[in-house]
Amino acid sequence: MSGVRTEGDLAPTPGQTVGPFYGYALPFDGDSELVPPGREDAVRLHGVVTDGAGAPVPDALLEIWQADADGAVVRRPGSLHRDGWTFTGWGRCATRDDGSFSFTTVRPGRHDPDRAPYVAVTVFARGLLDRLLTRAYLPAGEIEAEELLTSDPLLASLPAERARTLLATPEPTGHRFDVRLQGEGETVFLRHA
Amino acid sequence: MAHPGRAGHRYGRGVTRTTALPAHSQAEISTEIDALAAEGAADGHRGPQPRLDYAPYRSSLLRHPTKAPQQVDPEGIELWAPCFGERDVHALESDLTIQHAGEPVGERMVVTGRVLDGAGRPVRRQLVEVWQANAGGRYVHQRDQHPAALDPNFTGMGRCLTDDDGWYRFTTIKPGPYPWKNHRNAWRPAHIHFSLFGTEFTQRTITQMYFPGDQLVGLDPIISSITDPAARELLVADYDHDVTTHEWATGYRWDIVLTGTHRTPTEEEGA
Ligand SMILES: [Fe+2]
Repeated sequence: MSGVRTEGDLAPTPGQTVGPFYGYALPFDGDSELVPPGREDAVRLHGVVTDGAGAPVPDALLEIWQADADGAVVRRPGSLHRDGWTFTGWGRCATRDDGSFSFTTVRPGRHDPDRAPYVAVTVFARGLLDRLLTRAYLPAGEIEAEELLTSDPLLASLPAERARTLLATPEPTGHRFDVRLQGEGETVFLRHA
Repeated sequence: MAHPGRAGHRYGRGVTRTTALPAHSQAEISTEIDALAAEGAADGHRGPQPRLDYAPYRSSLLRHPTKAPQQVDPEGIELWAPCFGERDVHALESDLTIQHAGEPVGERMVVTGRVLDGAGRPVRRQLVEVWQANAGGRYVHQRDQHPAALDPNFTGMGRCLTDDDGWYRFTTIKPGPYPWKNHRNAWRPAHIHFSLFGTEFTQRTITQMYFPGDQLVGLDPIISSITDPAARELLVADYDHDVTTHEWATGYRWDIVLTGTHRTPTEEEGA
């Protein structure tokens, strides 16, 4: 029997694709606005999800999870009914018909003096049989992209052209982070086994 | 019969769909499934997770990464999971049969189980989201054009928080199987979509729960993408007569284990 797990039977429950029909179930009002867009320190984290043919993926779902501006991991509920003041560190955004997504958040602070701050990203999509995990590093100001590529242990372990897929591109109002599921410029996805 | 918004998609008796029929038969898809299962058994490379590069599921062809995932130790935020609470989820959201004025059509059922981490510890006070088709196999979703009836008394979406022992519990209607366009005469086995958060972000899982004895499971490329038969079984709930309630609802039991980093519980073994 498989439904009841006991101590000797703790193999992981496999993942399955999110499928095409999550649109009425998983998105919610304010899901992608970790902070209100008008806030002084608000930044935009946005991009496009594309497939192996370079076509936009209109039925993907992204989630982000990050430290606050001071680098602290916040343990506050309220993501599903945001009050406009409580930063929970977590958000969700379904892609639109053109494959685009957009979060409003704050820049994560450093959680460790020797590591570059990043936003953890999870990618789900129809056609994607299990979720993908990656990181979006947000270079700017005191931490430039070139410095990150040599100082961060993960980025430094990758060939430069692969590492660049994890760097969000600074823009006047925030950062651009495209997700390429397959092919040229394929995003580096992570495994924590 | 008029179907507003579905012009050009008439599926009535004797009427062919306007969309081109997919090229492959179930027999051809099943042959592909069997070949990949044999390959998995032979090279011992089948893990507990689905293959992302799995051609029998046609939508995966252009959507699977071609490079191996980069191995990295989780750090910082990855060692934590987002936090949800009473403020996020109302207790009534776990009953999918009371969201409208009337009773939904179909077989009322309860599905319950525990969410555990890889060491067998309960995942406490954590969010569980579910969504599913109605008894006729139809989703409340614009892209679902399966010509089965929508049920005005059933939306098919629920949420709950696990309790201090990791238990979740939903009251719902048994979903029907539904056709899809992967190949000719393709039908998804009845299933409930589950979205789960563990105790670390790396445990984040979206999956599907299937029903015991469903003959469509063996024909389905999505569950077959898990090429290890023992791992596939982990997605099939048990019918549980102790969950079934007198003159009210049938019951199913389905536990979920989220390992994330796939750490073995070595710190517990030494204790
Ligand atoms: Fe489904």
